[in-house]
Amino acid sequence: MTVRNTRHATFTIERVYPATPARVFAAWSNKEAKTAWAYCHPEWPVSEHVFEFREGGREHLVTGPAGGTRHVFDAVFHDIVADQRIVFAYDMHLDERRISVSLTTIEFFAVAGGTRLVFTEQGVFLDGYDDIAGREEGTRIGLDNLDRQLRQQRAA
Amino acid sequence: MLNYQAPLDLAFQALADPTRRIMVERLSRGPASVSELARPLDMTLSAVVQHLAVLEASGLVRSQKVGRVRTCRIEPTALHSAERWISERRASWERRLDRLGAFLVETDPTAKPPRRKK
Repeated sequence: MTVRNTRHATFTIERVYPATPARVFAAWSNKEAKTAWAYCHPEWPVSEHVFEFREGGREHLVTGPAGGTRHVFDAVFHDIVADQRIVFAYDMHLDERRISVSLTTIEFFAVAGGTRLVFTEQGVFLDGYDDIAGREEGTRIGLDNLDRQLRQQRAA
Repeated sequence: MLNYQAPLDLAFQALADPTRRIMVERLSRGPASVSELARPLDMTLSAVVQHLAVLEASGLVRSQKVGRVRTCRIEPTALHSAERWISERRASWERRLDRLGAFLVETDPTAKPPRRKK
């Protein structure tokens, strides 16, 4: 039996990048660019990926280990101001189970030498926490792989 | 992992109530008696004692009666497990944003910028 519970949380992360707001924004708005850094587990087959970067458009990504748990990311872009702001809502499913629903705001500010990015997530986390640790571990492995891949591309 | 689930559920339920969050916040600054806990709250002492019972059942708070005074203190282990889940989500975005930084450097069209003097 599933024990029902909710947990609300808000967190903010800031980064300063040595790139113009236009370049940082493009890394979020261009499917190819975003795929290069944002997704974990390149070894997992991506069975579906819809990326409609416009207000009202959606991003839908289904991935997961072959024959294992389906990890489903579903987002709707609510507000887009080029080079300045992106607001999207997303939920995460593990198989049929919805584990979180979040509102995410990304702001881009031009600063000396680059761009300050402010990432704010407001979310409700649902029912199951026990799978999260495994998922995050997976993310870490995926990011390491991506790092290697990018280095190889640059060397080529 | 299943062993972990039950206490965590109780902790989340306990923290879902604003009054109990105020009490936990107060106790996070140090132990307090029941009447000290009740002072900022607009409710009867018996209501405060009921909230305290929920917090104790969740494992977030322990209390001990010495003489006529019941002293409450926070139980850091339970609180830590409740926060862990959220901090992991945050950490995953932190790593992703670090990856974005690396990506921006790797794809910089003006790679190896000349070091100009000011």
